[in-house]
Amino acid sequence: MREELIVSGRMNHGIDPVLHIWHWQIPLYLFLGGLAAGILFFAALYTILGKEDKYEGAVKWAPFIAPLALVLGLAALFMDLKHQLYFWRLYTTIRLSSPMSWGAWTLMAITPLSFIWAAINIRLIFPRWDWKFGFLKWFEAFAIRYKLVMAWLILVLSLILGIYTGILFSAFNARPLWNTSILGPLFLTSGLSTGAAVIILMARNKEERHLFSRIDLILIIIELVLIVHMFMGFLASTQVQIDAANLFLGGPYTAQFWVIVVGMGLIIPAILEALELVKFKIPVLIPSTLVLIGGLVLRFLISNAGQVSRWLY
Amino acid sequence: MRYAMAVDTRKCVGCSDCVVACQTENNVPHGFARDWVVEVTAGTYPSLEIEIRSERCNHCDNAPCVRCCPTGASQIIEGGIVIVEHNKCIGCGACITSCPYDARYSHPDGYVDKCTFCSHRVKDGSEPACVEVCPTKCLYFGDLDDPRSPVSEVLKLRKNKTLIPEAGTKPQIFFLT
Repeated sequence: MREELIVSGRMNHGIDPVLHIWHWQIPLYLFLGGLAAGILFFAALYTILGKEDKYEGAVKWAPFIAPLALVLGLAALFMDLKHQLYFWRLYTTIRLSSPMSWGAWTLMAITPLSFIWAAINIRLIFPRWDWKFGFLKWFEAFAIRYKLVMAWLILVLSLILGIYTGILFSAFNARPLWNTSILGPLFLTSGLSTGAAVIILMARNKEERHLFSRIDLILIIIELVLIVHMFMGFLASTQVQIDAANLFLGGPYTAQFWVIVVGMGLIIPAILEALELVKFKIPVLIPSTLVLIGGLVLRFLISNAGQVSRWLY
Repeated sequence: MRYAMAVDTRKCVGCSDCVVACQTENNVPHGFARDWVVEVTAGTYPSLEIEIRSERCNHCDNAPCVRCCPTGASQIIEGGIVIVEHNKCIGCGACITSCPYDARYSHPDGYVDKCTFCSHRVKDGSEPACVEVCPTKCLYFGDLDDPRSPVSEVLKLRKNKTLIPEAGTKPQIFFLT
């Protein structure tokens, strides 16, 4: 049998023998960013549809989580940088060819909006909150007056944020596992699903809980279809992509992916949510937590396995 | 002007002089390398053949590292040389991940570092350190736009290949086979 043996003299730290330049910070950030995008998307959507009072959990309560998730995510992102004092260089340029530049600017816009959205609802938590300074009171009135404009902005920005978390990976042709355009829609769907899971936990009434269980169920089904589609695409592609798919189809990531992400993170919560919709009594904490864990583990596995997948030469 | 390099895989003996010359010339931190030697043994025993390659950044025409850089630190300068401007680099690692040749690394000082084709030497008309030091003279450097440059001459005469051309990066390091 013809064989080929490649011996490389290179041993750069973090690069060899397999690339490991992105650690926990990037997948954690992608999860938190997707989560915040999901929450903010539904808050904006139901504000635009004029159902603020009907779905208070989605529009007013869950968005308190979004700025927290974004700040934690940004902190993780900052910790990932190795030349941290120069981070401001992100904001002295706009580079359309770089998804990371898109992401940096999107975060710059959506993070303050998420804080403003939480601020105008602050009296739900602290009923006697007083902004003290005149200009803050003026600003609150201003934000409330233009809430619908803000909702439209958040709707668009949250979709960009959600899909960018996947495009960030899929733009890298050097890592065959990431180099699939399915990753954008997959991470967006996963982000919306984790957002819906948080809204289910914070829903104010049964009707709202049921609506978001139904939304989450649909999103999980879309996610499953996208995952199958992704593997079909890999297996019908070139050798490097077949090798990349095999990391999950018999390779080292098989068990984690199919048991934790697909089984526990998608199929079991889908069954539980379906059962709840046909009037079984299911504690919402279980499917919601499973969806959140599944979303987090999905980001970690794709990030780590992507760095293992490579071109052969 | 378009700088390029040709590596004669038949003359290279894998001595790693190019690696050491680069580390010395460019003050490469301990434990890192901007260029390296790869040995590929292929065939069916006992009829085997060996190819030895001195590898480095391919200074691609369609460089994914330049495209994905969020700050513009990774850029193409005069002569098609791909460099990193240290005080624009935030150390995000996107370019490291984007390179199918894994030619970049994270410098202990934080920024991303890589082969510069010894741009500081080349601009004065000298050759890169690795080329100058090679004891078997297996490295050819020069301007592809100049048909009389050493690299243009040797590419005319010899069969050659680039690494993973299917990645679409249009690499500018040619390997004479």
